[in-house]
Amino acid sequence: SIIIIMGTPVKDVQLPDNPAIKSLLLDKHASYVEAFEKNKDDYDYCMTEFLRISGIYWGLTAMDLMGQLHRMNKDEVLEFVQSCRHPSGGFSPAPNHDPHLLYTLSAVQILVLYDKLEILDVDSVVKFVTELQRPDGSFTGDKWGEVDTRFSFCAVATLALLNRLDAVNIDIIVKFILSCMNFDGGFGVTPGSESHAGQIYCCVGALAITGRLYEVKADQLGWWLCERQLPSGGLNGRPEKLPDVCYSWWVLASLSIIGRIHWIDK
Amino acid sequence: LLYLIVMSEEEYNSEEYIYYSARPEWKDVQPLPQDDGPNPVVRIAYTEKFKDVYGYMRAVLRSGEKSQRVLDLTTDAIDCNPANYTVWHYRRQVLQAINADLNEEMIFIADVILSEPKNYQVWYHRQKLVEWTEDPAKELSLTAEVLEEDGKNYHSWQHRQWIVQRYGLWDGELDFTDEMIKKDLRNNSAWNQRYFIVSNTTGFTDDVIERELQYVIPLVRKAPNNESTWNYLHGVLKDKRLSEQPLVRTLCDYLYNQHVPSSHLLSTMVEIYEEEAEKGNNESLQSALELCHKLATKVDPIRQQYWEYTSRRLTIAYGAESKGSSEDKTNPDP
Repeated sequence: SIIIIMGTPVKDVQLPDNPAIKSLLLDKHASYVEAFEKNKDDYDYCMTEFLRISGIYWGLTAMDLMGQLHRMNKDEVLEFVQSCRHPSGGFSPAPNHDPHLLYTLSAVQILVLYDKLEILDVDSVVKFVTELQRPDGSFTGDKWGEVDTRFSFCAVATLALLNRLDAVNIDIIVKFILSCMNFDGGFGVTPGSESHAGQIYCCVGALAITGRLYEVKADQLGWWLCERQLPSGGLNGRPEKLPDVCYSWWVLASLSIIGRIHWIDK
Repeated sequence: LLYLIVMSEEEYNSEEYIYYSARPEWKDVQPLPQDDGPNPVVRIAYTEKFKDVYGYMRAVLRSGEKSQRVLDLTTDAIDCNPANYTVWHYRRQVLQAINADLNEEMIFIADVILSEPKNYQVWYHRQKLVEWTEDPAKELSLTAEVLEEDGKNYHSWQHRQWIVQRYGLWDGELDFTDEMIKKDLRNNSAWNQRYFIVSNTTGFTDDVIERELQYVIPLVRKAPNNESTWNYLHGVLKDKRLSEQPLVRTLCDYLYNQHVPSSHLLSTMVEIYEEEAEKGNNESLQSALELCHKLATKVDPIRQQYWEYTSRRLTIAYGAESKGSSEDKTNPDP
């Protein structure tokens, strides 16, 4: 929708004057997450099998943040995570799918959440992750080879959670990430691709984890990130795009990491 | 069990679709159901086709069969769920195993891309096919077609960058960005592409910088509230001092005198004043602080905290007694 601010069209949404919902319905959210995993015949449930373990991680984290983790079936979850383990050391999103960095991170995150890292063969996970690194410091998601800064994040986050950052050469990983820094201070998927809030989160996160946050141009990037806020209050992912609540996460988390979250109007 | 028969329009009308479980040529395969949950109270029938296809898909993933019939099965699986990475991945293995006609596959994937242009998997599939065939001939026109519908499609621009770089197809690309910018000068992706091309071809030499300034400045004047054009301008002058660019000073003076309430204009002026303050010009420091105040209170109040931080930073760095790096000394927290 087009809103005119001072004579210029601004891409933004128009919020209703009198919204029906005025507070966060935490109980309903908790019930939704609890029910989703139980309703295995649900269309959306079927459609998302190829990312199931990540879906579980998101659900568990949400429940934990709401203090409702106890409502999820811990044993079932741990059994499921085990069933996703692959001989190569990586984890697949669900049984009978191939392993991938995305799902390996989710598996490790779930085990950390439940304080069950001991069930892992840490060396094999580390091997899976390190074998996906390319000579230029980038990571592919799996042995088939898609390079994306998301995978740099998944790799260092996985290793950090396992306390095994020693297994990789940090300098070259950082070198690749920095090669994805653009003229506006942001980061894209690969060198030269457009700055995007999601990729920025991955790059800034990876730099923070590896202790190289000082490489970020914090004021410039912070300004780019706070420019994502539109008159409606919502956040977009890149200039001249509509706001979406997922960007609230990518942008706010990135700003939080670089210590500038208050640059967004709460 | 209560059955709700909900048929999608497509299924109701299509009499050609036969469930895999009813096809004699698939009799030898035992479909694998999804992980069992508790007995459902209500079973929704429009997922029956999905469950049929995926039951066979799972069986085939387990058995590792790679054949023409499996290729066709993956086509149905993709149709049911085009985001399913595992199916695309397996399809590629099947294509290679049966030595399939990749030209046909290129046509197939082009169709899927055009109907699902925001899907990661379809673009990656296309990339793999181009790698296998080493034939980039149709990529520029495919990406252009997608960008015709959605000028900011991230995957399309990404694929285009990959093609241009891998196959050295730089000629004409600057013109393409010009076309896209003419269609929509607020298209941040098109500006990013322009930067990408210049960086990877001539680089930002003084001549090129002059040319790019002549290109972008009229467009800044045309839409002074547009972030992308200002960002590009700053990007072009990344290694230069703004205060030493007569074209930029003229631009700012012109727009400021027109009372254009653009936060990007004022922000640029703050940067120019800062460069002058760095050299000891106290009037410039005061002008910068005035603009920060104007931004924080009138022109860009949503980013009040940022403008107040900038004021503090400038004051600490260039105020009466102070010298040295501003970023080190200032806590950006309020």
